[in-house]
Amino acid sequence: MFQNIGEMLILFWRTLRALPATLRQRRKVAEQLFEIGNASLLMACILSLFIGGVITLESGPVLAERGLSSTIGALVGLSMCKELAPVMMAVLIAGRIGSAMAAEIGSMRVYQEIDALSTMNINPIHYLVLPRVVAISFALPVLVIFSMLVGWWGGALVAVTYQKIHITWQAFFSSLKEFVEVHDLVHGFIKSYAFALVIGVVSCHQGLQTIGGPRGIGRSVTKAVVNSIVLILILDYFLTRVLVYFEI
Amino acid sequence: MNAADANSRSVSVQVRGLRKSFDGQPVLFGIDLDIQPGEIFVIMGPSGSGKSVLLKHIIGLESPDEGTILIEGQPIDSPGVMDKFRMAMVFQSGALLNSLTVGENVGLYLTEHRLKPPAEIARVVAEKLELVGLKGLEERNPSELSGGMKKRVAIARALVIEPQLVLYDEPTSELDPLSAVTIGEEILNLNQRTHATSIVVTHDRDLAFGVADRMAIILEGRIVFVGTPDETRRAPDPAIQKFLTSDFSFKPKSKL
Repeated sequence: MFQNIGEMLILFWRTLRALPATLRQRRKVAEQLFEIGNASLLMACILSLFIGGVITLESGPVLAERGLSSTIGALVGLSMCKELAPVMMAVLIAGRIGSAMAAEIGSMRVYQEIDALSTMNINPIHYLVLPRVVAISFALPVLVIFSMLVGWWGGALVAVTYQKIHITWQAFFSSLKEFVEVHDLVHGFIKSYAFALVIGVVSCHQGLQTIGGPRGIGRSVTKAVVNSIVLILILDYFLTRVLVYFEI
Repeated sequence: MNAADANSRSVSVQVRGLRKSFDGQPVLFGIDLDIQPGEIFVIMGPSGSGKSVLLKHIIGLESPDEGTILIEGQPIDSPGVMDKFRMAMVFQSGALLNSLTVGENVGLYLTEHRLKPPAEIARVVAEKLELVGLKGLEERNPSELSGGMKKRVAIARALVIEPQLVLYDEPTSELDPLSAVTIGEEILNLNQRTHATSIVVTHDRDLAFGVADRMAIILEGRIVFVGTPDETRRAPDPAIQKFLTSDFSFKPKSKL
């Protein structure tokens, strides 16, 4: 495990060092961005809508019984932007995009395409890893903002239509506006950026480490998704501690 | 091409005391080889004898446990060697990038290193594909090609690099005899056109004796013989003779 973490840190460092080459790889970054957006936007929309709805459904009646229905907007707003949108989107992207990254790079490793790149003096970090890590670092924060907005609307929809809560749109969003501040959005934004790096590096690392045939590729995909999710959840706790400490 | 041009296009390769093990299992036992600039040198041996591992060491894809590989007297792992000498490898499977078209694969080296403008790259790609008999296939995907065509595309990709050293890993494996002969011709043509040093790893005896200037026989991770094709045919070692002469004569020949 420690060897894996060390290798991932080295890969992360090499990717950082390759950053000046991003402009040269802009076409591949754009392709990856399209891939991520195309594969995830609809799922992100559905997931966020229902997460917002479920929070309202679970907490709304309890708050309404105690005369706190005016705080439902704040609860949904804060939980979506500080925790649920970054974590749920990261898990979604780890499953959809991280797995695809590990499978594609793993298959290139197994079928010697990466060796072919090396013999042409083309650095696989520049050619394969950098565009993917850069693209996911742009895409995930954008998806998280999208998810926050859709989640708020999902929460509002349930708050307005569910009999046991039954508050107005205005009441929901004025509560949300009162409690959710810019630094709460920044909180979610920082988390999403960190999670994007985790998914990108872990998935590319697993792909590059692939050995064997199709079974090896399958193993790499599973490891990429599982390791990404585990690391995201662990990192989430420590990042929250740091962000709370700095009052972000 | 004059002699000066020919020299600038080929490199010498020396392998000194190369040893390699995987998971404690020795694969190469102290290999020594001298390959002259511009020659076609064939490394022949049965499956599992370590010839592909040796080839990967020569182009720097594997690091030796002991020993060294020298390209024009410079260790392959020393800084700048890969930049200084143009080397190409034609993989057993072709190793074409499946996410790219045939044309993009062939022009990949020029595109990634930004050596020519796009229009010029397209012209070079078309020219090299024509040389290997695959004119007009630029827009095809590798998955649409046969095994032989993939290998010819891989040769075209190597040609684009204008290599000083070309390595072929089992270039005729999985090919029908006609395609195998075509690939053999391509290897000879490429060598005559570019004067690049060529190292061919194969267990195909017909290919080996058809293209080699000199050849080495590798058995169980050891080089047991080096010489010209004629010298190899006369090699006294029974293990070599067994490898060279075994055939499918299981049944008595029928009378016509």
